[in-house]
Amino acid sequence: MFRNQYDNDISTWSPQGRLHQIEYALEAVKQGSASVGLRSNTHVVLLALKRSSGELASHQQKLFRIDNHMGIAIAGLVSDARVLSNFMRTECMKSKMMYDRPMPGSRLVSLIGDKAQINTQNYGRRPYGVGLLVGSYDEDTGPHLYECLPNANCLEYFAISIGAKSQSAKTYLEKFAKDFGETDVDALIMHGLHALRETLQQDKELNINNCSIGVVGKGQDWHLIEGDRLKAYLDQLEAGAAPAASAEDLPQGEAMDTE
Amino acid sequence: MDHFPTNWGNPRSEDVDSYNTYPVASHSGTVPHSVRQIAGFGHAAGHPTSHTQQPVVTGTSVLGIKYNGGVMMAADNLASYGSLARFRDVERLHQVADFTVLGASGDMSDYQYVKHLLDSQMIKEYNADDGHTLATPNIYEYLWRVMYNRRSKMNPLWNTFVLGGVHKGEGFLGAIDLKGTPYQSPSIATGFGSHLAQPILRKEIENRGGEENITEEDAAQILKKCMKVLFYRDARSMNKFQLARISAEGVKISEPMSVETEWAFAEKIRGYGA
Repeated sequence: MFRNQYDNDISTWSPQGRLHQIEYALEAVKQGSASVGLRSNTHVVLLALKRSSGELASHQQKLFRIDNHMGIAIAGLVSDARVLSNFMRTECMKSKMMYDRPMPGSRLVSLIGDKAQINTQNYGRRPYGVGLLVGSYDEDTGPHLYECLPNANCLEYFAISIGAKSQSAKTYLEKFAKDFGETDVDALIMHGLHALRETLQQDKELNINNCSIGVVGKGQDWHLIEGDRLKAYLDQLEAGAAPAASAEDLPQGEAMDTE
Repeated sequence: MDHFPTNWGNPRSEDVDSYNTYPVASHSGTVPHSVRQIAGFGHAAGHPTSHTQQPVVTGTSVLGIKYNGGVMMAADNLASYGSLARFRDVERLHQVADFTVLGASGDMSDYQYVKHLLDSQMIKEYNADDGHTLATPNIYEYLWRVMYNRRSKMNPLWNTFVLGGVHKGEGFLGAIDLKGTPYQSPSIATGFGSHLAQPILRKEIENRGGEENITEEDAAQILKKCMKVLFYRDARSMNKFQLARISAEGVKISEPMSVETEWAFAEKIRGYGA
């Protein structure tokens, strides 16, 4: 990247009208391992590729529960992600305590945006180095998927991916996005796994250790599918051919062993 | 105020600052600036401060009853200044949201403050403009948290509020008192009403086998009967009141009305009548 005289602090514009510190922060997100999110009319699914620093190390957790109706997938600085998820959890708790209602996803994401913006304008601070995919389900307005980035942009998506090689996942998602609305949860998860697989390096595979899925939706609180419970999905991923880009439903496998 | 009689009439001593006229060194020594801000110290006091007040301008009972299709509430238009019937056109039933009505008994200035608080909440919600609005149970939760918080600071809002509304096709009716105690029931009555009207309300509901069997007209009749009893027996009431009806169609607060009362018996009593 660049090394110039305008990139030392957040409160300096470059002559091209850019804030380099923010772009460097976005770079931190791009260096993190991939996270994918997609939604139907009833559910939101978040998937993540978990990196491990070595043979003996565990795989870094990338999916966090914020509340019963909301979860996030992260890419970037995990420590910054912890700070932001703590903030999100506190806000959700406040909403339930003060108003006896779950925090609407859109509102929480606005609060994150406002919080992130402070760090892009005050001297001496640095932007958060983490990108969030926020999946939530509101009783009144249904499922929502948001992307929150260090530049304080928070946008809503039908499908999105962030992190390393995320463009490959986006290409897959764009191809099938028009089908997602009416898709059932399991088929949605399969789409997500196909997208996540696109982000892998040549010689790597998805396995029950490096992969993680989070689901929230109508009648389903946020829950994780990890470890052995991934087997059924990963087996189907192996077995199934790449789906055709069409308006037909995905071929259904046998009933999933999901608890 | 100095609560200890032994200090009254004594020469004023330097370490007793009864009226907080200047910062007095506290026991803990100097308090860092940031801590002072967070703790909300406006001044240091050498002794605990308390604020528990007494209500000044007050409203009497508020009644509420659930019926088939919604909730109905009643409150008279009187705000008393002790025994003086001071303000005779006060609306103690206030629409908060599309399907929520707040009824207030107790201190009327605290009621005005709470109206302002709730209006602020509704405006904030409106400005969020994201398809979510505060419904009756949300407002109820918020209000009881406020009341309990004030009670815990020994500075209560001296009211008993009744919150009635409709949410997801169901009626909602609850009360919150000055101690922050929330209480939901098919029938609610505050103040004198809790003694005189509540038994009538409960009996009516029982006789009909539940609030689903009470029609809107029934509910109005039951409340008017209770308001009549209250006018006869509550010495701080007035025969001019409003009914509020909340149903799936929304909120309707009636014009002031009154009930027929019998006073002819007074003629027979020495000292009363013409």
